[in-house]
Amino acid sequence: MTGDLDRYDYLDGNAAAGPLSEIFAIDVLSARGRCAACGRTDAMATARLLPHSHGLLLRCPGCSAILLRLVDTGHSVCLDLHGLSFLELRRQQNGSQPNPPQPT
Amino acid sequence: MRTGWNVAEVIGVTQETPTARTLRLRLPGLAGHRAGQHVDVRLSAPDGYTAVRSYSVASAWPGDELDLTVEELSDGEVSPYLVHQVAVGDRLEVRGPVGGWFVWDPADPSPVQLIAGGSGVVPLMAMLRAHATADPRSPGAAAPFRLLYSVRSPAAVYYRAELDALARSPLVDVTLVYTREAPPGSRRPPGRLEAPALAASTLTPAENPAVFVCGATAFVETVADWLIEAGHSASRIKTERYGGTGTSPGTRP
Repeated sequence: MTGDLDRYDYLDGNAAAGPLSEIFAIDVLSARGRCAACGRTDAMATARLLPHSHGLLLRCPGCSAILLRLVDTGHSVCLDLHGLSFLELRRQQNGSQPNPPQPT
Repeated sequence: MRTGWNVAEVIGVTQETPTARTLRLRLPGLAGHRAGQHVDVRLSAPDGYTAVRSYSVASAWPGDELDLTVEELSDGEVSPYLVHQVAVGDRLEVRGPVGGWFVWDPADPSPVQLIAGGSGVVPLMAMLRAHATADPRSPGAAAPFRLLYSVRSPAAVYYRAELDALARSPLVDVTLVYTREAPPGSRRPPGRLEAPALAASTLTPAENPAVFVCGATAFVETVADWLIEAGHSASRIKTERYGGTGTSPGTRP
């Protein structure tokens, strides 16, 4: 499903940090992910979050393919990551900072 | 970082503007947070209906307290309650602070350009406050900070007195752009931010600043496009969009 995105009807992937913080021990939005459809590789926080979608949906900002889908039914959480061909998670460097500094 | 939902107590409320209020929360166990992070707030009705919204943290303290500044959205489910009804002593369900992307790191010596549209100033204020109180030995403490704040009218400006005080630092520059109503005697007539004004009042691409843009989605899109056209690298621009309607989880206010 591409080309159906209303230009302004989305948020940054960063807005999904809360729900994802309950599943991942580190901030997965600072990780670099590669879109399985177009190969674009960037921080997951740059993906587009579609707030009206069923569940939580992160789409590639390049080709709008679905990168990550999270559906929370209350008693279970389903995570669909088949739109990602690669995810680079940086190791935590100290206890107080969940995410390492960005390179400059 | 705290995980899952926790109960925060409202320990203070401050009216920022006629439509925005700062809530000071105490979140037991919290030991500071990163500047630019947000929290999710969950309100539950007696029938089990819940509404979750994200709000940026405005403060930058090391302890278990934090400030949220909430702008009322007339058709919102959550913001009118937070702006008009919540009182000191009330409890709120809070998740976070979360987010490791749209954050300023005191270890980064880069100059910083902050660009706010309206209530988008909130997480950028946390960065300014973190910068002002950073350990002088941290590389970021000596970094120049610039804020470009696009705002409807003088009455809609958040944190006015504190911004004036911060701007007295030789490292800090604050520029306000009024879009609907300018203060008396203002040199610039009110009007939307345009690309030339943006370029004139922000750090140049040659200075290679870390750029943080926060505001309504259309504002953020437009500004990010102008910055890239002006020669800033997309990889140096971090954005946080507020969305439009406030009727969906994840949108704010």
